[in-house]
Amino acid sequence: MVSLQPVIDHTLTALRDAAAAVPDPEIPVLTLADLGILREVRRAPDGAPEIVLTPTYSGCPATEAIRADVLAVASAIDPSARVLLELAPAWTTDWITAEGRRKLTEYGIAPPAPTREQPVLVQLGRPPVSAPSCPRCGSSNTELISQFGSTPCKALRRCRSCAEPFDEFKAL
Amino acid sequence: MTGQLLDADTAEYAIRLGDDALILSQRLSEWSARSPEIEEDIALMNIALDLLGQARTLLSYGGSASGRSEDELAYLREERQFTNVQMAELDNGDFATTMVRQLLFSVYQYQLYTALRSSADAELAAIAGKAIKEVTYHVEHSAAWVCRLGDGTELSHQRAQTAVDVVWPFTHELFVDDELAERVAAAGTGPLPSSLRAGWLSTVDRLLGEATLARPEDNWRPGGGRRGLHTQGFGFLLAELQHLHRSHQGAQW
Repeated sequence: MVSLQPVIDHTLTALRDAAAAVPDPEIPVLTLADLGILREVRRAPDGAPEIVLTPTYSGCPATEAIRADVLAVASAIDPSARVLLELAPAWTTDWITAEGRRKLTEYGIAPPAPTREQPVLVQLGRPPVSAPSCPRCGSSNTELISQFGSTPCKALRRCRSCAEPFDEFKAL
Repeated sequence: MTGQLLDADTAEYAIRLGDDALILSQRLSEWSARSPEIEEDIALMNIALDLLGQARTLLSYGGSASGRSEDELAYLREERQFTNVQMAELDNGDFATTMVRQLLFSVYQYQLYTALRSSADAELAAIAGKAIKEVTYHVEHSAAWVCRLGDGTELSHQRAQTAVDVVWPFTHELFVDDELAERVAAAGTGPLPSSLRAGWLSTVDRLLGEATLARPEDNWRPGGGRRGLHTQGFGFLLAELQHLHRSHQGAQW
């Protein structure tokens, strides 16, 4: 019989909710849903639930921790659940939700600018696409200290108005 | 991850690219706590970490054909079994040498991953699609430094020019077509290395020009890394990379 009603798989719903609420180990105000790295929750051909995540940076050490955290909450719901990583399509900071961006700003990290359509090799000395505002005083008069910061996903900036350094979630 | 059995050529090719990333990552990490300033220390370690991440995915994928894990490939092979280009293993030298090598290598990786994104091998295409975003930052960072050093003081210019002269001969190996490379290209798995050089050279020429640095003549072309022939310093690098794992096999953190 073909059912006309979609069958709701309550286990998958519960797994999706649980995985979505797992906090990022390095920026704990963000959940995996806020980050946009929870790709899919589905049934594998063998019937076991699969939670599919995508990594942020290739070498980000948090990826292993996130995988373990998701497996822990998922196992409590269904011991046969598996956690998979899928690389394509590659994660982009554009997938960070509006809620995630708001939380980042409150936490003191400037949210990422929109990414370029294709990664392109830039001209030296190009003006920045848009200078992020200081998450402390709101001034848009900020400068880049380094494209690399305390974690792979962050750049380091300084506010020229209040003189405080701050992290920026860099566009990827 | 695709579930299909990986053919031997694609596996060997993935391990080549993984070895390049792994060995340069290891070299760069020698700068940890030794960089000219703390922001630069962090930047170099971030670049090393990105390369390590790329190495892990490439080696895991390449090793899957022969049942070898990323750790077995990184820690338990001998010197002659590594197929990285010699450029990746070169001593760091001074900061200018490290930055010039990074620029020349990152622009190459940018060309490589751009082409690899349309590989017939879905997994390699996925790895490249992820890595190219990281490499774009590596190019920007090293280009900014090479420009600052080249177009800086008399001393920084002189040292940056010496760095270009020292590293340049080793770039040729990146673009050599050997039998494996030709088979991989014929299968649509990866670009022919020689096909990447024109794009690489045009970007490098522009950046060297902005840095007021001269491009050396193409004379000496050292090579052999793809066949397991390495420079004298490589054994010391491997010893540092491998000794902990070999002393305590199977140890877990």
